[in-house]
Amino acid sequence: MPRMTGLTIPEVAARYRSGAATPTQVVEAYLRRIEALDPKLRAYVTVTRESALARAEAANRRLKAGTPAGPLDGIPLAIKDVICTKGVRTTCSSKILETFVPPYDASVITRLTAAGVVMLGKTNMDEFAMGSSTENSAFFPTRNPWDLTRVPGGSSGGSAAAVAADLAAGGLGSDTGGSIRQPAAFCGTVGLKPTYGRVSRYGLVAFASSLDQIGPFARDVRGAAMLLQAIAGHDPLDSTSTDVPVPDYEAALGQSVEGRRVGIPNEYFIEGMDPEVEQAVWVAIEVLKGLGARIEKVSLPHTDYALAAYYLIAPAEASSNLARYDGVKYGYRAPGNKDLIQMYGRTRAEGFGAEVKRRIMLGTYALSAGYYEAYYGKAQRVRTLVRRDFQQAFERVDLLACPTAPTVAFKLAEKEDPLQMYLCDIFTIPVNLAGLPGLSLPCGFTQGGLPIGLQLIGKPFDESTLLSAAYAYERATPWHRRVPELA
Amino acid sequence: MTATEYEVIIGLEVHAQLLTRSKMFCGCPTAFGGAPNSQTCPVCQGMPGVLPVINRRAIEFGIRTALALDCTINAGCRFARKHYYYPDMPKNFQISQYEEPLAVEGWLSVEVNGTARRVGIQRLHLEEDVGKLIHEGTLETARASLVDFNRSGVPLMEIVSKPDVRSAEEAAAYLRALRAILIYLGVCDGNMEEGSFRCDANISLRPKGSTEYGVKVEIKNMNSFKNVQRALEFEAQRQAKALAAGERIVQETRLWEADKDYTLSMRSKEYAHDYRYFPEPDLVPLRVEQRWVDRLRTTLPELPGERRQRFVARYGLPAYDADLLTQSRALADYYEAVVREYAKPKVVSNWVMSELLRELPGDDEAAIARCPVPPLNLARLLALIDNGTISGKIAKDVFEKMYRSGEDAEAIVKREGLRQLADVDVLGSVVDQVLGANAGAVADWRKGKKQSLGFLVGQVMKATQGKANPALVNQLLLERLSKGS
Repeated sequence: MPRMTGLTIPEVAARYRSGAATPTQVVEAYLRRIEALDPKLRAYVTVTRESALARAEAANRRLKAGTPAGPLDGIPLAIKDVICTKGVRTTCSSKILETFVPPYDASVITRLTAAGVVMLGKTNMDEFAMGSSTENSAFFPTRNPWDLTRVPGGSSGGSAAAVAADLAAGGLGSDTGGSIRQPAAFCGTVGLKPTYGRVSRYGLVAFASSLDQIGPFARDVRGAAMLLQAIAGHDPLDSTSTDVPVPDYEAALGQSVEGRRVGIPNEYFIEGMDPEVEQAVWVAIEVLKGLGARIEKVSLPHTDYALAAYYLIAPAEASSNLARYDGVKYGYRAPGNKDLIQMYGRTRAEGFGAEVKRRIMLGTYALSAGYYEAYYGKAQRVRTLVRRDFQQAFERVDLLACPTAPTVAFKLAEKEDPLQMYLCDIFTIPVNLAGLPGLSLPCGFTQGGLPIGLQLIGKPFDESTLLSAAYAYERATPWHRRVPELA
Repeated sequence: MTATEYEVIIGLEVHAQLLTRSKMFCGCPTAFGGAPNSQTCPVCQGMPGVLPVINRRAIEFGIRTALALDCTINAGCRFARKHYYYPDMPKNFQISQYEEPLAVEGWLSVEVNGTARRVGIQRLHLEEDVGKLIHEGTLETARASLVDFNRSGVPLMEIVSKPDVRSAEEAAAYLRALRAILIYLGVCDGNMEEGSFRCDANISLRPKGSTEYGVKVEIKNMNSFKNVQRALEFEAQRQAKALAAGERIVQETRLWEADKDYTLSMRSKEYAHDYRYFPEPDLVPLRVEQRWVDRLRTTLPELPGERRQRFVARYGLPAYDADLLTQSRALADYYEAVVREYAKPKVVSNWVMSELLRELPGDDEAAIARCPVPPLNLARLLALIDNGTISGKIAKDVFEKMYRSGEDAEAIVKREGLRQLADVDVLGSVVDQVLGANAGAVADWRKGKKQSLGFLVGQVMKATQGKANPALVNQLLLERLSKGS
């Protein structure tokens, strides 16, 4: 019996091409793994067993006939439960959407379906993508596959854990302030947040519209490149998606790092960060240098203000985006109300969790008459300054390298103060504010065996450079081959 | 003590439903009257994850209107979210425009009693309509309320005037002129009853000579020009009385109760919503390039004001006729098509205003398009009067028949034997019979009671079923009456 799991996306695809494995065999093997291991991890909210088997069957036939739908035909993926899937419950890990079944597919799902991808299920997350540990799920927390007492990061913790634990060959997440990159770092996978506008948001349940972006998880850089290839590009249904040509990302992997200018932002090496993280990142930078990259120090002087600006802009947009969950049309409605106002109040009080309510209140306040300029207006001006910092840095360098998060995965229930939780994202948030692409990949492990993430940040729409640098680094290091032991 | 004289200050807010085929931010049809929720999709139902996409044609309708109102069109405009909770609004925010509207600073010429005044246009912007609630019974007693989202997302254009209107009559004139422009542009059907042309008014009073504005009251629920005028007249008097009695005017919204002839307080602005406007992050700012505007300018038709002037100058029509005939582009086109075939403009005007408009259900494009009497047929009918084939009176009957059957005038005249009696011998013998049978009237005439001639003419017309040529009857009667005296 050949290996059916534990493979990267390109490895699975190669086995399909050679006939060494069929999509049905692989998907069945994954479903068995999910059945055996997911009770420990709790990465999935919904497993779509029947449709996965049916799609695998269809992929079998296409591959057998020599007419594959594309390089991803038959590849099993885990999809974050914030992306709408027609006929499949999409909960955002919230009580308020626990029963919501979308009547339509998100554009990324339409594209992946056309590419032959097989969805294994929908993954757990912080409610409405608000959080950094997946503990804010209304259903249950997800565990880190490297240490079941620790969090997988968040908000896309379910997808990151599923990919790291090999409960899927790859996955999709969404990233508003670090929600792909931080869990990728905590779980030791590759996670990519594309440039704002690179991937359609149509069908992504909105948290903060000007920051949200869908991106891939994979166990290697090539897998991430293949997934990005399938989902990137202009979508007429999303006015904020950009009509910039999509390059051949896999072809770009061959580009050398030789002579590339890599900037190291001073402000991303701060006091209080985990020394093992700092150490690993510096070593990774040395590796890049050894591969021929030119390392330069740069400064992003407004970094300190990014977190504060983010916690005005993101909640402001969220307070508006989440207004539609009112018990009238779909999802949860509190029973036995005497009037409309009571129905609104009780539905939202019972349907949303504490963190979501906290952010709705923050955002509502920030947009209120009399406060708008002082909060939302000012935050937008800070956002412009943060963006300008990056523009100036990118006049001198081709990409930036820094830690993805200041720490490795922490214990469940360790961070009870919301502010402590918000600080998990200080290195990822500025990238969302500036709309830039960011990638996290494993760059080492702590003594305790927890993965550490290296973040690479690129110019707008220059995912190719990020992927090529990450690929060169990956080939020079062993980290991506390490797998968590889940007995 | 002399009573203070007040000046009435009115500003008008019009919401016009645009005649685009699809909705403002999705591809659903805008047609009126579909089964509930049959014209909806995830976008206009406000499903999780959906995004709006701007309807280009709606923007073009906005630009064309802005050009017709001589507005400044902003090179960059932006949509914004306006938040409030109500079940007819699926997202609990409305995509509208706030700080950066499509156009600002225009004007409209309004004529009252032959005097034209300019009313300024403050802003013109686009937004989406909401859905409709259907209650089982009344709102207070309903066990269930249902929502129909067919109208949700239909494009609306809001046009806000400056507080330049000085009387209820002027307000009605402003609305008539604006409605006519929208209909000419083909951007709105102007139907007030169905709500595709809605109006709210802000009204305040200030002592004559004062330059400061008083506290304003918003009036809603006026669904006809007549109601607008009556509501504003009522409200001006109500405020004048209150002020005269030393009361303070409360800033509030009042509903016009058309059946009861008064305005009723709906909600006080003290409970005003904080709409928490902010720029719609799902839409990029809209660039309105000058080239686009220039191209749209070339598509503007002759507007009602220009056409009215031309009708007076070219056809010699009274202002009243010109005004009425140019209220809708379709009607004015119809009029001109008749005049091209029958060159007596005032005669045509009389016929269109009285006979045609009496029959037509409206003066809009749809009504004119369905008119069973095409312009050429009306022109031919009028020619039949001129050449003596039928009398003007018979012609009115013929017109009614043409309208009902769609036949042309000649066919009806021929089939029904309506050709005018103009044979001196035949008519002479009828006249003789009438004179013989009405000796009393003849005697009266001879005694100087000249109006008895009219009675005798009537008797001849009656005897000939109206077919006698009236001029000839007159002539024959006079000849005989004078001879016998």
